[in-house]
Amino acid sequence: MTSLAGGLKSGLCVLIVWSVPHAALASKFNMRPGITEMSVRVQQIHQMGLWVCIIIGLLVFGVMFYSMFAHRRSRNPVPATFSESLTVEIIWTLVPILILVAMAIPATTALRDIEDNEDSDMTVLITASQWKWHYKYLDSGISFYSNIATPQEQIDNLEPKGEYYLLEVDNPLVLPTNKKIRFLVTADDVIHSWWLPDFAVKQDAIPGFINEAWTRIPVTGIFRGQCAELCGLKHAYMPIVVDVRPEAEFDAWIESQRIAAELAGEAAVAARAKTWTMNELLTIGEATFVKHCATCHERDGMGQGDKYPALSGSEIATGAIEDHLGRVMEGKADTEMQAWAPQLSDLEIAAVITYERNSWNNNTDDIIQPITVYEAR
Amino acid sequence: MVAHAQTIHKQRHPLLAFAARWLFTTNHKEIGTLYLWLSFGLFFIAGSMAMLMRLELFEPGIQFIDPIFYNQVLTLHGLLMVFGVVMPAFVGLANWQIPMMIGAPDMALPRMNNFSFWLLPFAFAMLLSTIFMEGGAPNFGWTFYAPLSTTYGPPSTDFFILGVHLMGISSIMGAINIIVTIINMRAPGMTYMKMPLFVWTWLITAFLLIMVMPVLAGVVTMMLTDRHFGTSFFDAAGGGDPVMFQHIFWFFGHPEVYIMILPGFGIASQIIPTFARKKLFGYRSMVYATISIAVLSFVVWGHHMFTTGMPLFAELLIMYLTMLIAVPTGVKVFNWVATMWRGSMTFETPMLFAIGFVMMFTIGGFSGLMLALVPADFQYHDTYFVVAHFHYVLYPGAIFGTMAAVYYWLPKWCGNMYDERLGKIHFWLATIAVNLTFFPMHFTGLAGMPRRIPDYSLQFADFNRMSSMGAWLLGLTQVLFLYIVIKAIRKGAKATDQVWEGAEGLEWTIPSPAPLHTFQTPPIIAEDAVH
Ligand code: HEC
Ligand SMILES: [Cu+2]
Repeated sequence: MTSLAGGLKSGLCVLIVWSVPHAALASKFNMRPGITEMSVRVQQIHQMGLWVCIIIGLLVFGVMFYSMFAHRRSRNPVPATFSESLTVEIIWTLVPILILVAMAIPATTALRDIEDNEDSDMTVLITASQWKWHYKYLDSGISFYSNIATPQEQIDNLEPKGEYYLLEVDNPLVLPTNKKIRFLVTADDVIHSWWLPDFAVKQDAIPGFINEAWTRIPVTGIFRGQCAELCGLKHAYMPIVVDVRPEAEFDAWIESQRIAAELAGEAAVAARAKTWTMNELLTIGEATFVKHCATCHERDGMGQGDKYPALSGSEIATGAIEDHLGRVMEGKADTEMQAWAPQLSDLEIAAVITYERNSWNNNTDDIIQPITVYEAR
Repeated sequence: MVAHAQTIHKQRHPLLAFAARWLFTTNHKEIGTLYLWLSFGLFFIAGSMAMLMRLELFEPGIQFIDPIFYNQVLTLHGLLMVFGVVMPAFVGLANWQIPMMIGAPDMALPRMNNFSFWLLPFAFAMLLSTIFMEGGAPNFGWTFYAPLSTTYGPPSTDFFILGVHLMGISSIMGAINIIVTIINMRAPGMTYMKMPLFVWTWLITAFLLIMVMPVLAGVVTMMLTDRHFGTSFFDAAGGGDPVMFQHIFWFFGHPEVYIMILPGFGIASQIIPTFARKKLFGYRSMVYATISIAVLSFVVWGHHMFTTGMPLFAELLIMYLTMLIAVPTGVKVFNWVATMWRGSMTFETPMLFAIGFVMMFTIGGFSGLMLALVPADFQYHDTYFVVAHFHYVLYPGAIFGTMAAVYYWLPKWCGNMYDERLGKIHFWLATIAVNLTFFPMHFTGLAGMPRRIPDYSLQFADFNRMSSMGAWLLGLTQVLFLYIVIKAIRKGAKATDQVWEGAEGLEWTIPSPAPLHTFQTPPIIAEDAVH
């Protein structure tokens, strides 16, 4: 008896926990409504579908369970003999059709609005590549890469995992509130998918195609998502972070980015003019390597199996400088080794090559200066 | 002829004779047995792969297998389960049962039957050998989307392509055989509308196979020429189209998912009437519903591709057509319930598995209906919600259906009853484990967890832990199944010819165990007999 009461009590607790409309809980069990008008509508469509399924499910399973109880041989030794009834068969064909039509109507109107990409206030070009996002604001020309920021140590369980484990990036996409923002989505290598659950936007990034999507965000805040299409080794490590700011703040941010880009241009000129020492280049080179190259070639330069070659003792990394420079700047066609020239500055490329040629038992003593990279461009 | 073969066997070493018997057999029952054991063996291999993935997913972070290997295991698990477990299991059941159910002495094309089976071990050996190759096994998921599988695929992709070709040839030959057998070799008097539903569903499945396996062969051949012969079907840089890959793949892939469930529908339609001791409700509408599902399956492939940037018109059309599939599927479920209604039911293991099939397949059908709603699909697509959906239709669907069939017909095959108590334990453990594994995936998917990742952020940890524990339990449970089957083959209460009190159909008129050759002279089906 006590165990029965205990069971009832814990059952009740579960029920209450399930039905309390607590936000955190809701997002753990159910689709979150998100923050845009459209994401709320999408969630309502989901909720409608869910309720229809739950109600029909309860009815059908209810009848089944009742039948299993009442029409077992011990209770109903003589089976009935009917095996057809045109009326019920027509009913259970027509009624579902009506329910489906009722469900299709809100889905159709919502879909029409989702696909309406007209009259946008600004456009962001999103380009995916293994395994990072590139954002370009087409209206102001600002562009940058966005990489995962979770340290490898957390992934390897050497450090405790942070609150936003795998959902944090170095450069988030910054967007303004209350503007119709159009996304153009494409990819450089394989298919990826840009997904931000809170906006209910998921659009495949396909090489050779430019897909469209849009959103209008009413509130500020940080929102997180992930790449949704299997895109190779580090598919799990391709997060998306959007930082939504009030319009004025957003404009100021764009301005600061523009100035930063100008300064970077001036710094590049200055970097070219300077002759860097081995130590300076090694420090910058290590940082660059850890950030951009270690995902594949590993920190210890040993690569990963057959897929990613070791750079320690590699023929290219210890051979002719031009070959090494060429491989890093232009990459190798049809492999995951991409062209880094568009992504890194002269200084970074010079430094990372110097670092590779003088680390992990590679003792070439070669020093590559930014001016060499500049001339190679 | 028979005597001649036996003298040859006698002169050989017993081991050689054993090998020769199974290598050269053209008997539908023996070939059926081969298919079933192959499927069973691969079930354990592919299942271990799933357990390995669940081990890695037990906690966030990378603990046991690195992401490279994870992607390989993920791919092989899917390919093996689809092509190596579900399909051969159904073909094995077809081989055993179709001739016995339509009163035919054997399959129409016995030598081809032998050949279709013996291609498979080579196909799967080839596929599995890729694990040991330089660059590892295929790592692009069982859907092998280009360009991840073409330009970026590992060298072993070519072995995968060849393996798929072999499986495809095998399936096409198997399907032709089944169609020819059913059309030409039915016992006199067995009209189409008197055929058992298992035979009907397989006839329709075989047509689906013939229509889509060549499409699969086409798409992998295009991959091959893209990889090695300078074409650019799927390479945008050469003027090709990666989305076209998905169109062609899913034109095969969507009918394929019905190939993996229609025979299960047939099995449930045989078993439920037997144990309800009542005729199947709505036989005709069952047949028509199956045909409509098969026809619709050719026009809904786009619902796997809603996020690829389809035009609004296509999205709407495919959404409506996909929702429409719920109608004939609903008819089937309602018919099964109506068959149970006012029957006189007992719950032996086959009945338990059949009821489990109906209920849990229905849950998978519900999530399928939700997935059809395009705006919501944008949120579900490529998340664990989809993983939950298709595992509900495949595990408690296709796999439970197969298990129900094995329990149902095993006494006829080997002449012994299985251990009923163990069978029931097997059912309950499997049911608990299946739900523990796959139900939480609905939650993780809705909360935003993408599929095909070896590592995930912290908020998904609880449900993943549940899924992992469920998966290990589920894997272990199937060892019990193996034990039950072997035990029944070796000894057990002698089965009667009828085996089940409520069973009807030609297969129950022959002795148990079914002799190697049955219906040498065709039975006559009375004019007034019903299916
Ligand atoms: C996405 C994974 C990936 C990243 C990130 C990556 N590489 Fe590579 N890298 C490769 C692959 C794959 C190859 C082998 C290509 C081939 O020859 O098939 C390679 C080859 C190389 C080689 C030639 C090695 C040899 O012996 O053939 C060098 C040098 C190199 N990478 C440097 C870099 C540098 C510097 C970075 C960072 C700026 C970097 N890589 C980032 C995947 C990567
Ligand atoms: Cu990606």
